[in-house]
Amino acid sequence: MTFMTRERLRQALPAITLAILLAAIYVKQPLALKPFGLNLMLQYSVPVALATLAQMFVIAVNDLDLSVGPFVGLVTCIAGMFLADQPLVGWGLLLLAIAAYVAIGALVHLRHLPSIVVTLGMSFVWLGISVLLFPAPGGTDPGWLRGLMGLHVPVVPFPIVAAVVIAVVVELGLMHSSYGAVLRGSGGNPRAVARAGWSLLKIKMVMYGLAGTFGVLSGLALLGLSSAADAHIADRYTLYSIAGVILGGGEFIGGRVSPWGAVLGAITLMLAGSYLTFLKISSDWQIGAQGAILIIVLALRALIARRESR
Amino acid sequence: MTALRQALKLPWIWSFIGAVAVWLATIAHTGGQGAGEIVTAALSFGCFTVIVGTGQMLVVTTGPGNVDLSIPATITLCGTVAMKIMDEQNGMIAIGIVAAFGAGAIVGVLNYALIRFLRIPPIIATLAMSFLVQSTAIAYNRGIRIKPPGLVDAFTTGDTAGIPWIAVLTALFSVAIWVLVSRSYYGRAISAIGQNARAAWLANIPVERFRLLTYVGSALMSAACGILLSGFSGGPALDMGAEYLLGSIAVVVIGGTSVAGGRASVPGIWGAALFMFLLVNMLNTFGASAGIRLILTGVIIIAVIAIAGGEEQR
Repeated sequence: MTFMTRERLRQALPAITLAILLAAIYVKQPLALKPFGLNLMLQYSVPVALATLAQMFVIAVNDLDLSVGPFVGLVTCIAGMFLADQPLVGWGLLLLAIAAYVAIGALVHLRHLPSIVVTLGMSFVWLGISVLLFPAPGGTDPGWLRGLMGLHVPVVPFPIVAAVVIAVVVELGLMHSSYGAVLRGSGGNPRAVARAGWSLLKIKMVMYGLAGTFGVLSGLALLGLSSAADAHIADRYTLYSIAGVILGGGEFIGGRVSPWGAVLGAITLMLAGSYLTFLKISSDWQIGAQGAILIIVLALRALIARRESR
Repeated sequence: MTALRQALKLPWIWSFIGAVAVWLATIAHTGGQGAGEIVTAALSFGCFTVIVGTGQMLVVTTGPGNVDLSIPATITLCGTVAMKIMDEQNGMIAIGIVAAFGAGAIVGVLNYALIRFLRIPPIIATLAMSFLVQSTAIAYNRGIRIKPPGLVDAFTTGDTAGIPWIAVLTALFSVAIWVLVSRSYYGRAISAIGQNARAAWLANIPVERFRLLTYVGSALMSAACGILLSGFSGGPALDMGAEYLLGSIAVVVIGGTSVAGGRASVPGIWGAALFMFLLVNMLNTFGASAGIRLILTGVIIIAVIAIAGGEEQR
């Protein structure tokens, strides 16, 4: 037990979960782990991973964003309507959407509001705007977006490359920079951070702004894959993103989050769906299985924590 | 005047003022036409929100971070269980109701068990639970729409002089909960737990037992909503619970229950449920599109809570 401390075990749990799942898939369907199969199974994990990171920024400051899904849907609508023909308008609107996220962060902080209620309200606003833009699915994606998402990298499937790049960038920014430590610290002990002279308002605005930015990236990635804009395309992303953060070792309280864990968590969720298909289990149980994985991982973590306290 | 000023200080009075204002605006637009029918519809549709909103209110009252996200899935599961067991036969109604409440009770106990034994925040526990419950409902339902038995159909859609019978039933239920919350040991205990769980524990209040009761209670109310809603809408549907996630939380917030826990408001649930229905109805009457309706619903919820303001963190 000297090389595998409980703290390390806790940190390694997301990777272990994913490894077990991959092994199970390999036993059932070895061909699925060839580059082509992996590409198919993992392509949608790129937008989900980005949405999960968006959620992670909010969870890091002890809040919860229930509007991630509809927001990603809105981004596909804005991008699908404007980016191909009027790129300036499109980018302007996307920046405005990020600014709205910053404003929500400020509102939540200044009025001491519970984030779940505010973001639940915002989810209706995002959905409403999307429905105004696209009452039915449609729109066009700019060619470069489809090109980017369909990129072929030799040997390693593109989704894996993208996931690694995303995880490394966020990991460096949030976990290994001095301001990143302050941002996370505000989730752990806001008062201490405030007394040290940092503005909690600014921290909330930065974190919500990052959430909005990653929501936009997620929507763009999703549009590049699906090539159609749809208000409801990402409704499930809200639940996926929360589950992904938790699977990835994030905790709800105290600014304890892990970017690479969140990316692994998102991939685990996506692969769990494929695994059920291989087992020929009806798709009825798909979300149920995701719930079960969530519960099992949380149970394991509780077990580790209990031994820790002993 | 002082009586009026006193009344305006009540946290729940504003939801009723809002409901009446929206209703007046609607009938002003239609020239008084359909004023009664609108009230009947609001009372019918409002009932379902009131029932689950009451469950959500009890959960929210037990303290910061306590929210039941499994309500929509539980509504769907219990509505499906009830209608499938009743199988369109009047003789099976009682057994169907018992089975639905049984399913609800199991969900409630499991919700609590996850929170207690995995030591995870209620939001995550009820979210994970809702995945399982929703899947069970999908697998059990198989996409078939089963009609409710004749008596259930007649009861849930019946009314006397424009007052729906389910509204009378729900009103009686609300009165009982009001008494429970404001007069009983349980009511004072959950408020105490919500304000300071540790102090409540030190005061010898059986904190864990009351938490269990509250989560089971919320799930049972979702079950009741599922049965009535299935009867009212001619059978269960897989997405029948979806709108009650926001609905249950919104009526709690708009109705003046403290989101930080420790203060419940039963009458506010009614005011808020009627307000929410009448608002959408008004926008429909004005000819607003679906997008505008959604945007305004969201903006109003945020505006209400932003004006009321949250409590300082302890």
